[in-house]
Amino acid sequence: MKAPKFSYTRATSVEHALELLDTHGDGGRILAGGQSLMPTLNMRLSQPDMLIDINGLDDLKGISLDGDTVCIGALTRHVEVMNSDIVAEHLPLIAEAMPYVAHVAIRNRGTIGGSVALADPAAEMPACILALGATLVVQGSAGKREIPVEEFFHGLFETARADNELLVEIRIPSQKGDKVSVFLELARRHGDFAIAGIAAYGSVSGDTVTDMRLVYFASEDKPTIGANASAALNGKNWSDETKEAVNTALESDLEPMANLHGSAAMKMHLQKVLTGRAMDTAVVRASGAGGAA
Amino acid sequence: MGFIHPYERPNSYIGRTLPRSRAMRAVAGRGRYTDDITLPRTLHAAFVRSPYAHAKILNIETAAAKAADGVKLVMTGAELAEMCTGPWVGTLTVFDKMKAEPQYPMAVDRACWHGEAVVMVVAETRAQAEDAGELVTIDYEELPVVIRKEKAILPDSPVIHPNLGDNIAWEKTLGTGDVDKAFAEADHVLEETFEFGRHTAVSLEPRIVLADYDPGTEHLTIHTSSQCPHMIETVFARTLGVPEHKVRIIAPDVGGSFGLKIHTFGDEVAATAAAIKLARPVKFVADRLESFVSDIHARENRVHAKIGVMNDGTLVAAEIDDLSGVGAYSQFPRTSVFEANQILHITFGPYKHKNYRAKATVAYLNAVPTSQYRAVGHPIGITVAEHMMDWAADVTGLDPFDIRRKNVMEDDSYPQIIGSGLPMKDLSHQACLEKLFGLMNYEELRAEQAEFRKKGIYRGIGLASFIKGTAPSPVGFYGAGGARIAAQDATTVKLEPAGGVIVALGVTDQGQGVDTVMEQIAAAAIGCSMDMVRAISGDTDATPYGGGTYASRATAIGGEATYQAALDLRREILHMAGILLQTDAEELDIVDGNVVDFGSTEARIPLSEIGRIGHFQLGELPNDYQPILSHTRRYRLQDSPYIYTNGIHGAYVEVDVDTGWIKHLKHWVVEDCGRIINPQLADEQIRGGCVQGLGGALYEHCIYDDAGQLQNGTMADYVTPMAYEMPDIEVGHVETPTSESELGAKGAGESGTGAAPGVMMNAVNDAIKGLTSGRVTEQPIAPEVVLKALGKI
Ligand SMILES: Cc1cc2nc3c(=O)[nH]c(=O)nc-3n(C[C@H](O)[C@H](O)[C@H](O)COP(=O)(O)OP(=O)(O)OC[C@H]3O[C@@H](n4cnc5c(N)ncnc54)[C@H](O)[C@@H]3O)c2cc1C
Repeated sequence: MKAPKFSYTRATSVEHALELLDTHGDGGRILAGGQSLMPTLNMRLSQPDMLIDINGLDDLKGISLDGDTVCIGALTRHVEVMNSDIVAEHLPLIAEAMPYVAHVAIRNRGTIGGSVALADPAAEMPACILALGATLVVQGSAGKREIPVEEFFHGLFETARADNELLVEIRIPSQKGDKVSVFLELARRHGDFAIAGIAAYGSVSGDTVTDMRLVYFASEDKPTIGANASAALNGKNWSDETKEAVNTALESDLEPMANLHGSAAMKMHLQKVLTGRAMDTAVVRASGAGGAA
Repeated sequence: MGFIHPYERPNSYIGRTLPRSRAMRAVAGRGRYTDDITLPRTLHAAFVRSPYAHAKILNIETAAAKAADGVKLVMTGAELAEMCTGPWVGTLTVFDKMKAEPQYPMAVDRACWHGEAVVMVVAETRAQAEDAGELVTIDYEELPVVIRKEKAILPDSPVIHPNLGDNIAWEKTLGTGDVDKAFAEADHVLEETFEFGRHTAVSLEPRIVLADYDPGTEHLTIHTSSQCPHMIETVFARTLGVPEHKVRIIAPDVGGSFGLKIHTFGDEVAATAAAIKLARPVKFVADRLESFVSDIHARENRVHAKIGVMNDGTLVAAEIDDLSGVGAYSQFPRTSVFEANQILHITFGPYKHKNYRAKATVAYLNAVPTSQYRAVGHPIGITVAEHMMDWAADVTGLDPFDIRRKNVMEDDSYPQIIGSGLPMKDLSHQACLEKLFGLMNYEELRAEQAEFRKKGIYRGIGLASFIKGTAPSPVGFYGAGGARIAAQDATTVKLEPAGGVIVALGVTDQGQGVDTVMEQIAAAAIGCSMDMVRAISGDTDATPYGGGTYASRATAIGGEATYQAALDLRREILHMAGILLQTDAEELDIVDGNVVDFGSTEARIPLSEIGRIGHFQLGELPNDYQPILSHTRRYRLQDSPYIYTNGIHGAYVEVDVDTGWIKHLKHWVVEDCGRIINPQLADEQIRGGCVQGLGGALYEHCIYDDAGQLQNGTMADYVTPMAYEMPDIEVGHVETPTSESELGAKGAGESGTGAAPGVMMNAVNDAIKGLTSGRVTEQPIAPEVVLKALGKI
């Protein structure tokens, strides 16, 4: 299919992009990597009047370290995040998750900002930044504001970003040396969106788990902290008994959405299996046997 | 002195791996597909398709669309029907009492499936045509939807086509022996019901036509991605009332077809009608979204199976009851009941049992029409039979290899008639079985499996024996069944003035290398080098009328025609050389493009001289001798309905018993396609076929909701196999040339597809054996299916 008619402007500055967003209101749409937007245009699922191309905005690109915070520009490509030494060293959770994001060709164009702004419930990056407690920096013509990640994701493709705001940066606290992280997902084929997934970040000392944040994605309408499951886990030794308690608690955290690849019951089952496997791995990693990541 | 079969000569091109002649240009990005061709003043067609599975068309408003930018024509189904000589009726007389509703290329007063074309818009660009399509308003009145085959056949079901009385397209039973008695006497009787999910071909290059009508000469030229250019020529000519000899079909490179491109599609006929009406070229490319709702689907079946087995593992009786859910119409001209018919005939086909009963019921549904797709019916019949055989092995305590060793027809027992009544000959089940046993390193593999199990890793080994019908004869279905589909094929082999050889084929090349195979056969038969031979295919103006490529027939049928035509030319060359050299032709031979004395390699006269003299210097020949340097031979099967082939697959998988995910570790195939012309191309046919079969086994599924809406008609939702998930596939062959032809080649194109789903199901069940009383009996084997069999959800 061919996309319906639209106008296109290549923004020359962040201010220019914001001005265009203000002018076109609902009809304006930011074009980042285009890996999600272009298919919806070609399938005539969305019909924006104006595409505002931000690919020329170098200010929005790049990965840097600001004290204990890793700052990733919204326009940074998935491949750059994947290959970044800073990310490998300070954000092993994201480094572990990145190979699961789509395929090489898509990672070459797709951006982390696009992924986060789009808020696909099965996407990896939203779950990872929720596990790590990131801050999202959005900018409108009135200026910048910072949104804690816990308040950012509202539901299916819904976020706290206003229509006339641009996501400019993702600020992620460096992972602490005494904590471990684990990323796991299940997808029908390598590179597909996940059917169930978990991003976990916290401490394990000896066998005792503390401060563990379990984030679930793909089964819910947005990346979701398993608050009850985390509560059932923290302060405990990781054992069969704890596993069972966590699994029971998880049932009150999640309300899996059925889709073509699985029923709600199956997704709940899978999230429990992944929780067990993630914690098994976390314990191994904390003991040093499984390497730093 | 005399004749040595070309395949018996040292270094023969027959039996040699050579690269495909079109490969270099394809990898260089210079493939020439229909969409690469643009004629001056080409217009583009797009279709407005029914959003409903079943609805009456009350009114169509086209004024706004007609007034839109670039629009040249807006045509409704009713207007198109007026340009047609009549509707299609998808029946064949061989399918006794089959019923089918007449069908026009686009919906006329009723849409019968979600995606049926209702209005065509033709404009200067595809985007303009799509924009204008959005301006067409159609008032529909929704009608009751029939979408579940089990309900469609009940007396209280709404009827899709009232003229037919009910939704049953066809019913058929066949069999031999006393099945009931055998069941009563059997030590074990096993029964199971299997579900197979509908899927579709998903060729990389979608369907496409570029139609061009010249009102001056009244010639119609259609470029199209087709496997059967001559059949399409006939269908389009007769549907649109253009004399057949004034229609030319050109199928340039074809980017995958798998049976999809042997059918007639209404949107392609509509675009061609527009080209005639507007006297301008019109192109229509099915985009990926409309492909899902307009390409044929296949294999929506529920099969109940029952077998009787003795304690020693002897299979004494088998029975199947198949229910097929086809689409809203029977696909013209091959029908939509072929799949069911194949299932009846081939299920339990490798085995000796003499008591067999099979029943098929084919139900119409408000869904995309189904029809032939690679290995028609075989994946279903083979899965059912092979599952039952493994289960019988389990019950009788035999190894899966041993139960097959016990029951397959012996290699020295042919000819034989199997339970369904089909004649079998030249098969090699035993040899294939033993070869696979060795290839798999079976005993070690079993030991490895046991070791892994101790560690909580669940691996499974599957086997699936099969027969595969290839290269149908004209007395079976086509031709005899009333359809104008050639089951014979023809090749013209010509000697050119410079000594080059042109081989013009009725069969076609879709990337599998048919052209190259035919060049090998011709070069071997004549005695010249490959680079002196060029095949032409896919152009009805340049090739003799033939059936094209379907049912694994190109090499088996077209190959023999090529072989015989090339031998004719060779005889002519020798005859002419005999006159020129004043030697008895019997004393001469052709080696490396030179006529030589038999047994020598020293050139006496090169083919370039034969060509030159034969075309220009006829004065050097006697007046009463006119050399014929162009020979056409046709070939058809005579004695058998098909050339049956056989083989066996093996699979090794690992099942994650907590999640239901399957990792396919290794796949093996040993098959017997008779004489192999090009080993690498044969192997790759098997491998590609396997992957296609595994797609249906593990991933592919056209999912309809109760309202008849296709739920997953995009590449994001319809899951196809990709390289990452596919295992290494090791291929072995047993070569038993068919006695039907001199060349001895059988079909190879579908043997990978037929048994891959069955071997996968068996391997998965082997992996979870003992963990549960449940077994996987459903395809695709999605993780949820495995978890359910394990009782985990
Ligand atoms: C076959 C395929 C498989 C895929 N698999 C995965 C997968 O497994 N996991 C995964 O996470 N993703 C997957 N994706 C999606 C891919 O990662 C996308 O690149 C990503 O989701 C969007 O990034 P983009 O830069 O391409 O955004 P675009 O497509 O350009 O934009 C997406 C949306 O975000 C908005 N947007 C983009 N940037 C900004 C910004 N800075 N501020 C405000 N709004 C903005 C756009 O307006 C648009 O609405 C897949 C895509 C494809 C085609």
